Amino acid sequence: MSNIKYILGHFEDPDDLMHGIDKLQENSVSIYDVYTPMPIHGIEDKLGIKRSRLGKVAFCFGLTGTITAISMITYMLVIDWPMNIGGKPHFAFPDFIPIMFELTVLFSAFGMVGTYFFVNHLAPGRAPRVMDLRATNDRFVIAIDAKTNTSHDQIDNILKEAGAVEVKHNERKYVSYE
Amino acid sequence: MSSHHESILREPLVTGENITYSKVTEDILVPVENKPNKAWWIGFIVSALGAGLWVFSVSWTFWFGIGEWGLNKTVGWAWDITGFVWWVGIGHAGTLISAVLLLFRQNWRNSINRSAEAMTIFAVICAASYIISHMGRPWLFTWALPLPNQYGSLWVNFNSPLVWDVFAISTYFSVSLVFWYTGLLPDIATIRDRAKGTRRRVYSILSFGWNGSVKTWQRFELVSLILAGVSTPLVLSVHTIVSMDFATSLVPGWHTTIFPPYFVAGAIFSGFAMVQTLLLITRKVMNFENYITMFHIESMNKIIILTGSIVGVAYLTELFIAWYSGVEYEQYAFLNRVSGPYWWAYWIMMTCNVISPQLFWIKKVRTSIALSWILSIVVNIGMWFERFVIIVTSLHRDYLPSSWVMFYPSWVDVGVFIGSIGVFFTLFLLFLRVLPAIAMAEVKLLLKSSSDQAKKKLIAEKAVDSGEAEYYLESLEKYDSISPKVAEFQKV
Repeated sequence: MSNIKYILGHFEDPDDLMHGIDKLQENSVSIYDVYTPMPIHGIEDKLGIKRSRLGKVAFCFGLTGTITAISMITYMLVIDWPMNIGGKPHFAFPDFIPIMFELTVLFSAFGMVGTYFFVNHLAPGRAPRVMDLRATNDRFVIAIDAKTNTSHDQIDNILKEAGAVEVKHNERKYVSYE
Repeated sequence: MSSHHESILREPLVTGENITYSKVTEDILVPVENKPNKAWWIGFIVSALGAGLWVFSVSWTFWFGIGEWGLNKTVGWAWDITGFVWWVGIGHAGTLISAVLLLFRQNWRNSINRSAEAMTIFAVICAASYIISHMGRPWLFTWALPLPNQYGSLWVNFNSPLVWDVFAISTYFSVSLVFWYTGLLPDIATIRDRAKGTRRRVYSILSFGWNGSVKTWQRFELVSLILAGVSTPLVLSVHTIVSMDFATSLVPGWHTTIFPPYFVAGAIFSGFAMVQTLLLITRKVMNFENYITMFHIESMNKIIILTGSIVGVAYLTELFIAWYSGVEYEQYAFLNRVSGPYWWAYWIMMTCNVISPQLFWIKKVRTSIALSWILSIVVNIGMWFERFVIIVTSLHRDYLPSSWVMFYPSWVDVGVFIGSIGVFFTLFLLFLRVLPAIAMAEVKLLLKSSSDQAKKKLIAEKAVDSGEAEYYLESLEKYDSISPKVAEFQKV
């Protein structure tokens, strides 16, 4: 009993899963995390997860791109080597807009996705921190830390009553991919 | 989830009986987890031969130079730029499906976006290969980039649309790649968790350690939405800039302000035609009929009529403006297009792009798989001719009648073009083998709200108005993959 690290409640249906979360919270069982094969809308509010700030990140990276483009073009065409092209002004701002736009998009997309990978620890070759192999396929899994929530039998019952098709007591946190 | 109630009147996006979450996974991963069938091998061998032809023709071009193409001193741009614009245009549908339809919350995109995005990436690869091979000295491609060099540094001319194009195409390719790969992560994780041994190790590296936790999904959805938000103006800018390669010149026939919207509409038009060409075959060979339904095919055909008609209006506007401008060179350029030595190319373009897609107004045509497929090929041909007409007929009779010529492609031109189609299909077929061709996680999202079985369940529970239920069941008649139990249902 004491070796159990995590209790996993498997659900087959996202609505049952949401019901399970409600039941656990009513009984003040803390939820470690929920693993699902698809995004579940509304789950963040239930679990009290804050709005992501990635939108602001994307905006800042985008602005960096705009500034990079205008300063690069201005330096090259106006300061470093001004060229007389048909007597037109060196600082031909309307002509700079297409590249300013492209670099804004490029920087915001790469900056945001890079930040996303960084904060979620997503990287090529990183060992997957997966608690159950079916959580990426057809099961909606609630993980409960068994060390902090000690009344295991009660948790089992809550999960089963909420519609869990399977309750697992895991002695190791993650699935081994070796 | 249950907050997403959908009207019973809407067509189901997933058909079939007893579709569960695991069945979605099983169905979609069949081509990835099993040995390929004969159809795949035949397609792959033919495409790989085409890709071989491409390697040979492009190598020939690099070795002997562009003189091996059919270009002459009057027509300095022909099949290369035609092929480039054609491929870039084809690529646009993928972004349109994945980004614009996401912003408009068109859920039917969920089962076609993955393969359409893959198509975008492969089409842009083909387009970029044209850019490199038409440079003459391709190893000097870095001259198009603003890199420090030993000439002073002599920078690129940022006032030139060709430089804008370098930035536009490379941004478009890399952002599309990132969008596509981020969307693939959850599905690669699914393959990983079902695989064993080396396969598991490979997909584990590719999955970036995805685990599907709440925070990962929450951020994933925001990332997808913002990428869609930035890709939408991006895709419009790309073809706008491609059109400016022509529109900012002074050549009669190119120097028109209608080009950006006209090119963008044409790009979406040809792109959807190519999506149709690929998916009609894919759904049959891979047994995806439950996920890519007649509704999807019909919706894409409707977009083809819309964009085809926009293109038609643009053609007529061009003719009108050429006449109305009163500029004799402009007038001659268009008269020459319509009735000059290339009249046949112009009228192939008109027939394939403007007239034949109008057949899709007839419901029987737009819901027929065979006709949709044939018309999609017709549109692809028409759009190739559109670019050929714009490029070659504007150039071949310039201001000096003594230099008027015709353009005749050499075998190298033909080899590079046919070869690029081979490269495209080789990449697409490899994609079908190693990655899920339908976004599994996104289709799973539709299962409880928009699937046929969910709607039937509501009808059985009498949770919906009986008139609406009857309408729904009647409307199912048009789906080709509908279960035989429909008839029984109607009796009940």
